[in-house]
Amino acid sequence: MTDSAETPVIRMEVARYRPGEDAEPVFQAYDVPLMDDWAVLDGLTHIKDRLDGSLSFRWSCRMGVCGSCGMTVNGEARLTCGTFLTEYAPGPVRIEPLKGFPVIRDLVVDIDDFLAKLSSVRPWLVREGEEPPLTAEYAQTPEQLEAYKQYSMCINCLLCYSACPVYVLDPDFLGPAAIALAQRYNLDSRDMDDRFDVLNLEDAVWGCTFVGECTKVCPKHVDPAEAIQRYKVSAALRSVLPWSRR
Amino acid sequence: MTREMTGGMTGDTRADAYRPRRDRLWFTRSRGYTVFVLRELTSVFVAWSIVFLLMLVDAVLGGSLPEFAALAARPWMIALNVVALAATVFHAVTFLNLAPKATVVRLDGRRVPAWMIQGGNHTAWALVSLLIAYVVLRS
Amino acid sequence: MTDMIDVLIVGGGGAGLRAAVAVAETDPALKVAVVSKVYPMRSHTVSAEGGAAAVIGLGDTLDEHCYDTISGGDWLCDQDAVEAFVAEAPRELIQLEHWGCPWSRERDGRVAVRPFGGMKKMRTWYAADKTGFHLLHTLFQTTLKYQDIIRYDEWYVTKLVVDDGRVHGVVAVEIRTGRVETIPARTVVLATGGCGRAFPFTTNAAIKTGDGMALAYREGAPLKDMEFVQYHPTGLPFTGILITEAARAEGGWLINKDGYRYLQDYDLGTPTPEPTLRSMELGPRDRLSQAFVHEQRRGRTADTPYGPVVYLDLRHLGEEKIEHRIPFVRELCRSYQNLDPVSDLIPVRPVVHYMMGGVHTDLDGATTVAGLYAAGETACVSINGANRLGSNSLPEILVFGRRAGIAAAEFARSHREAEPAAVHSQGEDERRRLARAREGGGNGGRIADLREEMQHTLEGAAGIYRSGDVLAKAADTLAGLRERAEEARVEDGSTTFNTELINLLELHAMLEVAQTIVACALNRRESRGAHQRTDHTDRDDAAYLAHSLVHRAPDGTPSVGLLPVTITRWAPGERVYGRD
Repeated sequence: MTDSAETPVIRMEVARYRPGEDAEPVFQAYDVPLMDDWAVLDGLTHIKDRLDGSLSFRWSCRMGVCGSCGMTVNGEARLTCGTFLTEYAPGPVRIEPLKGFPVIRDLVVDIDDFLAKLSSVRPWLVREGEEPPLTAEYAQTPEQLEAYKQYSMCINCLLCYSACPVYVLDPDFLGPAAIALAQRYNLDSRDMDDRFDVLNLEDAVWGCTFVGECTKVCPKHVDPAEAIQRYKVSAALRSVLPWSRR
Repeated sequence: MTREMTGGMTGDTRADAYRPRRDRLWFTRSRGYTVFVLRELTSVFVAWSIVFLLMLVDAVLGGSLPEFAALAARPWMIALNVVALAATVFHAVTFLNLAPKATVVRLDGRRVPAWMIQGGNHTAWALVSLLIAYVVLRS
Repeated sequence: MTDMIDVLIVGGGGAGLRAAVAVAETDPALKVAVVSKVYPMRSHTVSAEGGAAAVIGLGDTLDEHCYDTISGGDWLCDQDAVEAFVAEAPRELIQLEHWGCPWSRERDGRVAVRPFGGMKKMRTWYAADKTGFHLLHTLFQTTLKYQDIIRYDEWYVTKLVVDDGRVHGVVAVEIRTGRVETIPARTVVLATGGCGRAFPFTTNAAIKTGDGMALAYREGAPLKDMEFVQYHPTGLPFTGILITEAARAEGGWLINKDGYRYLQDYDLGTPTPEPTLRSMELGPRDRLSQAFVHEQRRGRTADTPYGPVVYLDLRHLGEEKIEHRIPFVRELCRSYQNLDPVSDLIPVRPVVHYMMGGVHTDLDGATTVAGLYAAGETACVSINGANRLGSNSLPEILVFGRRAGIAAAEFARSHREAEPAAVHSQGEDERRRLARAREGGGNGGRIADLREEMQHTLEGAAGIYRSGDVLAKAADTLAGLRERAEEARVEDGSTTFNTELINLLELHAMLEVAQTIVACALNRRESRGAHQRTDHTDRDDAAYLAHSLVHRAPDGTPSVGLLPVTITRWAPGERVYGRD
């Protein structure tokens, strides 16, 4: 990629936060070539490689599956590898870290809180009894697979947490992705748990006020809002009908 | 699995991380948030409608129907109830439209599409409304 | 200094996590840690698409999977390793199923299989076309069950501590704080993946920078078969994003600019409307990538701003099949190339995909350094020989990740002595070196410039076709680049999340590995599998039915020798595709 004279440029206003130097984030502007096939992430790597080596951000697969490069682009939570720069032409375009998380540096946020929450919902197949020998699989029909498949598509990019006003106001809220992943196992025909103890809580499904933004920003169409509302129904039924427990 | 917690020697930048202040105007930051908050506010009118209905019941049972009718006929009361009707309808329609999110129905292994569940809800709503209208208006 | 770890795993992808669970399951008393430069679920295993091969019945046999693998690898595979791999692959995939992996299914509830390139039978298990994604997340979420596994997320290992031929731990920097820590360990398992980022066009994620290979190589463990670099025939031209082989397995065609299925001109069989196993589009990756170069020379490729391309045609499959079997292909084309494979041709070109070579290990992942193990793409056991078959790498990380974990656990149990003084002194030296690299910062070239020069040097010399004189020149260029990289400019003096410093360390690792690739390619004066020499066009079993083994000489230059291939039951023969 060469920036020839006729290549148009777009101004990227990037949030910088350098602990010890900045008391709070400040914006720094960079002009980058506006190429048809460049994603916002390509603009950022251009800055890092050519203009300012000190800009920090996470990225890896640049094909929308590793979940590293979520940021706030013009106020909206986006995967920067899957968002074309031309969408914001002629600019300027504002890049900020994902909202709702502590900022470690520049565009890098602290996601350890999510990892702890994910662990807490037992995101693994819970079985009772002895593990069968490794000679045959558990049977699962395509329909049974379909029942949870959508919730298994979560890439942990955390755009949903960033878009969720409940999480931003109350960091104790279990949050969209963790609940969707709990449902991914709850609805799996091979699983024998319903995770009632961790989901049927004020800070879990009942904390959700159904704003629906998590579903709107999800790049993988997981629909966490649906996962949460469905669990509310299951939890309510289980509370009034004790025998409905699986 | 435990994440290795840093400690000791050089200390921790966890304290250095920037934590934005709570944003009191968060609901103005996006159209989606604003619509959400407006919808939440319609609950107030739903509550008012119920209070109004209870007042009616009380008036019928207590024999003070004429006074109630006079109150209900005041222009500001009519205006309030028109707004309440609009808000309640908005609340009901959006509520029924969201129903497929909470109830996933499968027939023959295929998921019943959202519009069918929504259509079913609205149809049921219309039928119940007609039935009530019939009972109330037949005299 | 932290407590002694029994098994310290570097890398949190499929191989590393499988090793971690294997240790936790075999001996819960052992202390196991996973050190990864990214959160484990970000690892590159996540990008694997097509599937995982394992014999599941249906008229298939272990011997046939062995034969496909060995002939696909142009007889450079160690056959004892292949036999062990093929025998253990089914139980590993079933284990993943028991842990919850959402494998695609047949109507009756059994796991479904699909055809794949170079495979004579249908034996590739898949989870739509996000197999690696589901495999990694299933594994990662399963490891969360083992509360005692210690995780060092976003720590970058800069050095192995080796004293007297035995590993004693690692030195690592916590990216978030810049803190440099010596982590003593009885054993270390390297599982850091490959080195595709040393090339300009690659399907590989940004993190694939050969770290583990360089770590081992610097401490005296030899690398093996580094000249064998796999080009995947179907990557998107600008981004290098992979369009899975499953697209061809489901019936996709490769056509040139005239709409002609050109593979029929390169001894890969005759076109049929439906896919035929081991034929045409389902030939092996090396042969398909080589055919592309010939098409280009004949002027039958199309030109784009990012170089010549051919086309992958999926239009005849129809929307329903595409949506059901390869939805990710459609998603990628739409989001990253602005086209829809239901109605448009997909421009594709060969892109660097996989390193067949890696750290030389035995069947249990043991390297020549006591206590040091390697598994997955970082390692070379070798089951991939001169060309890996698609869908063998996912079972490979499971089979050999587990083996390495168990072997390391055994070693840790039987070696309980205290750490030597060298651990502390080497840690201090490394801490000083890293501080210099960050604070001093050179005044030389930009990291990105040096990286690009390395990438283009490698592509020019060690691409699909190689020749002695170009390779020799590249060896000189790389040696010069290494010196210049010592002086590279670092603009970021911060200790907090300094990714520029990490980028520099990664560049050093890639240059180290790049030199071994060129040295091995120069030394192998024959053509075999993915290594094609224009000045030595034939396979030469008399001289080169052997692995390349490259050591780092004391002056830092690579020194290449040969190691015999293990042959058990399959005598070297001709590789035949598309004709019986």
